[in-house]
Amino acid sequence: MLKITDLVKEYPNGLRALKGVTLTIADPGVVAVIGPSGAGKSTLIRCINRLVDPTSGRVVLDDMDVTALGRRDLRKARRRMGMIFQEYNLVERLTVMENVLSGRLGYVSFWQAWRRRYPPQDVAAAFDLLDRVGLDGRENTRADALSGGQRQRVGIARALMQRPDLLLVDEPTASLDPKTARQIMRILVELAHELGTPALVNIHDVHLAQSFADRVIGLCDGEVVFDGGPADLTAEALTAIYGEEDWSATIRPADEDDENGENAAVAEAV
Amino acid sequence: MADTRIWRPPALIESPALRHGLTLAVILYLVWSIGGLDIDWGRVSQGLPRAGRMFERMFPPNFERWELLVRGVVESLEMALVSSLVGMIIAVPIGLCAAGNMVPKPVYLAARAIIVVTRTFHEVIWALFFVKIVGFGPLAGVLTLIVASVSFISKMLAEDIENMNMGQVEAVRATGASFPKILLYAVTPQILPRYLGVAIYRLDANIRHSTVVGIVGGGGIGMTLTATFKRYDYDFSLAILLTIIALVFLGEFFSSWVRGRLR
Amino acid sequence: MTGTDLTPADLTGPRVWKRFTPRQSLVRFLWYLGCVALFAWSLSHLEIPWFYFLDAHEQAADLLTRMFPPHWDYGAEILDPLLETIHIATLGTIVTYFIALPVAFLAARNTTPNGVTWLIGRFLLVASRSVNTVVWALIFVAIFGPGPVAGIWAVAFRSIGFMGKLIAEAIEEIDQGTVEAIEATGASRMKVLLIGVLPQVLPVIYGTTVYRWDINIRESTVLGLVGAGGIGIELYSAINQFQWADVSVILGGILIVVLISEFVSAGVRARIT
Repeated sequence: MLKITDLVKEYPNGLRALKGVTLTIADPGVVAVIGPSGAGKSTLIRCINRLVDPTSGRVVLDDMDVTALGRRDLRKARRRMGMIFQEYNLVERLTVMENVLSGRLGYVSFWQAWRRRYPPQDVAAAFDLLDRVGLDGRENTRADALSGGQRQRVGIARALMQRPDLLLVDEPTASLDPKTARQIMRILVELAHELGTPALVNIHDVHLAQSFADRVIGLCDGEVVFDGGPADLTAEALTAIYGEEDWSATIRPADEDDENGENAAVAEAV
Repeated sequence: MADTRIWRPPALIESPALRHGLTLAVILYLVWSIGGLDIDWGRVSQGLPRAGRMFERMFPPNFERWELLVRGVVESLEMALVSSLVGMIIAVPIGLCAAGNMVPKPVYLAARAIIVVTRTFHEVIWALFFVKIVGFGPLAGVLTLIVASVSFISKMLAEDIENMNMGQVEAVRATGASFPKILLYAVTPQILPRYLGVAIYRLDANIRHSTVVGIVGGGGIGMTLTATFKRYDYDFSLAILLTIIALVFLGEFFSSWVRGRLR
Repeated sequence: MTGTDLTPADLTGPRVWKRFTPRQSLVRFLWYLGCVALFAWSLSHLEIPWFYFLDAHEQAADLLTRMFPPHWDYGAEILDPLLETIHIATLGTIVTYFIALPVAFLAARNTTPNGVTWLIGRFLLVASRSVNTVVWALIFVAIFGPGPVAGIWAVAFRSIGFMGKLIAEAIEEIDQGTVEAIEATGASRMKVLLIGVLPQVLPVIYGTTVYRWDINIRESTVLGLVGAGGIGIELYSAINQFQWADVSVILGGILIVVLISEFVSAGVRARIT
């Protein structure tokens, strides 16, 4: 169970990205975080595993106060949280298998990591995950030879290699075409449900969020302005999150021109 | 979980025969080269205590004879300046002739030969010769640094000219311009910023190299430094070394600042 | 510096075009003047005995005639010293390889533990590069005595700065997202360096190593002058004893070795990248 209380993040340049976010994720399932660019979605996710250190507030994962941990304990905490990135962030010059196994880095010794001597059960698990994400037989391909969708599949496998208690997913589909985006979301949601792992997914595509999430959180200007089921995401709710706009078209099909709207939102936010 | 698939970490070199062969070759080379070297192990084993004693005498650095130090540094700087300027002027015709797209083949080969031969021999070798010809002192050092600068700048210049946009040359040629006019209007604008950048970099490099020509009698701070080593004045040696480090640091700073502004 | 001002001064008269505004012309002129003045001052201050130039061409011609024909029989004697030169360069580069890497990680802003370590790393790089190989050789000859061991350490110490600087620059340009992803798995700092950073800079490491080896061959040819081994010893004594026919053989040998090493280095680097 993840409990976030009054989370505030103020960057050194004075930007207040989060202004007191409080939310609880108790059940397994996919929680989509939507909101305009600059709303603090990315900061929120990075504050949970402290890739970004919050200014104040608390993040508690199953009775463990992540915000209070020292370096060593923080690393132990990070092992329990798998993270998936928009730009995949694979080690491009390593093979698919090395990338997937890097999810176990928190558990193996430096020597094992250097010699790539991971325990056999880890290698077996990695093979299983590669099958699940549809990359069987590609374990010796170098990551820089893969397409965007394939790279994200490796990213998902790497995060799940950690056997995490929580998945943090930052815009998993923003760099992908619409069809690949749906495939990736489907894999992600299926695996999260199957493993019973709660997943916090930042996503800017409202339609994708509606079709795949069990719960939607709307973030605007560093504050939670919506929290409910995907069906509750009405035109009024979207106006509260993104501002005034004719939402009747968005609620039905996925909007492929979303990128332009996003950029306009950035200009407003900055 | 009865997964029997095995995964081997990828090796740097695919073929095992080649991989093990190379490892063996490296080991054999190490044995052969270290064994073959004319090494006085007894003397080498004294190295650590000797180094300790040397450092003891080095600290604290002795700046008492700062006048000698300043004179040497100024001389080095002057040598670097003069040789850079002369070098960057002489480098222009040679660099132009060494660009394959601008001149006939025989000229190109001759210019390339000059660059290769000047580059191949270390500055110190050139300095030895110039000392024999014009005697000890800064003149030999300046001549050495000129040779090194010409070699370096003309090579860079030739590469820039070879990589430049030929479309612009054709356009100017199409107006009926003669060869010098083409150089002026189509070549110079394209390569001037980089040429100046390379020249400034060479000035910075010459400051560093001016210390080494002194070792064989080419003037500058290097000559002072060698003398201190010969007299075991290690505390003064350290003072000179620290000054050189500071000087090179400043020179690099200046050089990157100027090159940043040239862009 | 290529600003063109096309504003017509007077629209009624014939329009005038000038490449530079008067102010730009003045600034350029002052730059030129400054350079020439600096040059003239340096040259005069160096107190160069110009009369040496009077017979310089005779000296040079005399030298060249003495160098030819080369004393070919001497060739067999310089094979071992040439080999030693190559060994010094190779072993020195291998030593550097192991030292330069940690120093580069210290000197790169994004991998250094804190500001103090960064300063230490940067200082080591600058110090190593500021001191010429031959000067390093002077120091190591004083420590290890004359011979190739001093040469190897001299080559290594000078190369640390060169390789460390290039590798540190490559480290600073890596994709930080990858590093973030590895950090997010809970990996320790060392493992982040190993898996997140090292693979990204490996091509640069190999490339600079081979490149530096090629430079080191050239540097090793003169180490003998201060007693640090290699062909330089033969060269120095031949010159001092005015054995010019031997000198030309030695120079020929150096030319061949350096050209081959350059060729090998360029070939290997082309295959890596």
